Amino acid sequence: MAAASPTALERFLNGIIPENPVYRQLLGMCPVLAVTGAMKPALTMAAATAFVLICANLLISLIRGLLKPHLRILVFTMTIATFVTIADRFLAAFLYDMSKELGPYVPLIIANCLIISRCEICSSKQSVGVALADGVGMSLGFALALASIATVREILGSGTWFGLTVLPSFWPTWGIMVLPPGAFLVLGLLLGLVEWIGHRRATST
Amino acid sequence: MMDPETPKNRNYLQQAWLVLLLGFLYGGALAGVHTSLAPRIAENRLQETLNVIPDLVPGAVIQQTELISLAGPGGGLERIYRTADAAGQHNGWVLVAAGQGFADRIELLIGMDRQFTTITGVYVLDQKETPGLGDYIRDAEFLDRFRGKSADILLSVVKMSPSLPGEIQALTGATVSTWAVCDIVNQAIDQWRDPILDQQASTASGTSSADEIP
Repeated sequence: MAAASPTALERFLNGIIPENPVYRQLLGMCPVLAVTGAMKPALTMAAATAFVLICANLLISLIRGLLKPHLRILVFTMTIATFVTIADRFLAAFLYDMSKELGPYVPLIIANCLIISRCEICSSKQSVGVALADGVGMSLGFALALASIATVREILGSGTWFGLTVLPSFWPTWGIMVLPPGAFLVLGLLLGLVEWIGHRRATST
Repeated sequence: MMDPETPKNRNYLQQAWLVLLLGFLYGGALAGVHTSLAPRIAENRLQETLNVIPDLVPGAVIQQTELISLAGPGGGLERIYRTADAAGQHNGWVLVAAGQGFADRIELLIGMDRQFTTITGVYVLDQKETPGLGDYIRDAEFLDRFRGKSADILLSVVKMSPSLPGEIQALTGATVSTWAVCDIVNQAIDQWRDPILDQQASTASGTSSADEIP
C-alpha cells in the first residue's frame, strides 16, 4: 500500500530542518557557494529563490491535473524560467546595485535543482495548499542555510554583519572567508556540524 | 483518400496544447513585465553610466556631459557622450559599445581623450561571463590595463607581461573574454574615429547638435 502523502504542516516543517535543501539535500550549491560572502546578497538571493519556488509550486499545483507525464519537465522548466525572468527584471528595476552584484546568479536560479525537484515531488502531485506550505517551508530552509553560511563568512571575512562592524578593530579579518575557498570551508564545517547535531539527537532518543 | 497526417496532427495538439497555451501566457506576462519595467531599468543604466564618466575621462563632470547624436557606424543616428570639465571645456568622449563575449553579450563604456588618440578608461556595463573566471573583466585591476593605450594601435592579448604598447595581458583562464573586450574596444575605436573627428570639425564651424540628458 502506498504511504500517505505528507500534510501541509509536515511539508512546511520538513523544508526548514529535516529536509533542509542545503544541509540535508545538498541542492542549490551554486548560489550557496557564490553569493554568501555577505548577508545582503545572500538574503536577496534567498528572496528571489523563494519568489520563484512559491510561484512555480502554486502554478504547477493548479494545473497538475492537466500535466502529461512526458511533457511535465518541459512545463516545469517554462514555468520556472518565466518567474526567474520576472524576478531578474524586478531586481534590475528596483535593486539595481544588488542586481549587478549578483550578476548571473539570479538567471541561474533556473538551474537550481531545488525548484524543479519540488515541482516533481510535491506540487505536481498535491493540492495548492500543500504546495504553498512546501514552497514556504523550503524557502525558509534555503534562506536559513544561506544566512548561516553568510553570517560566518561575513563576520570572519569582513568583521561585519549586514555591513555593520561587529568585530573589534584589533581582530584580524580572514580574507579567505570572502573568497571561494572560504565558501567551501564554511559549507563543509556547517554540514559536519548539522550532521553531528542530528546524530547526537538520534542517539539520545 | 483521407489525409494521413490529420490524426497525427490532432494527436500532437492533444498532447501539446497545454505547453502552447502556457507559452502564450508566459510570453504575454513577460512582455508586460518588460514593458512596465524597461524605462526604470534604462534610467538605472543611464545613472550608472553618468556616475562612472568622471572615472572614464579624468576631469569630466556629469553636469557638463552632453549626450549627442552622431551618424554612427551603422549609418543611423547613434548616441555617445561628449564630456567636459567643470569649466565647460570639452575634454573627452565616452562610447557605448557591445560585442559577443564567451557566454553572452558584453557591453562596455570606453572613455577617450578629446583628440581621440588615447583610451582614458574602460568600464563593463553588462556581462554574463563565467563566474569566477571571465567575470573578472569587471575588475578595476583588469580594466586599468587599457588606460593610456594608444587609439592608433590595435590592441592584442598576450598571456605573459606585455612588451609592446598595444598588448593586454590576458586574465588567467579567461583568454576568450579578454579577447572579446579587446575586440569590442578595437572595433568601437575604428568605427567611431571618423564620425567623431568629423563632429569636431563641424563643432569648430558651429553646427553641432546636442541632446539634454534626462
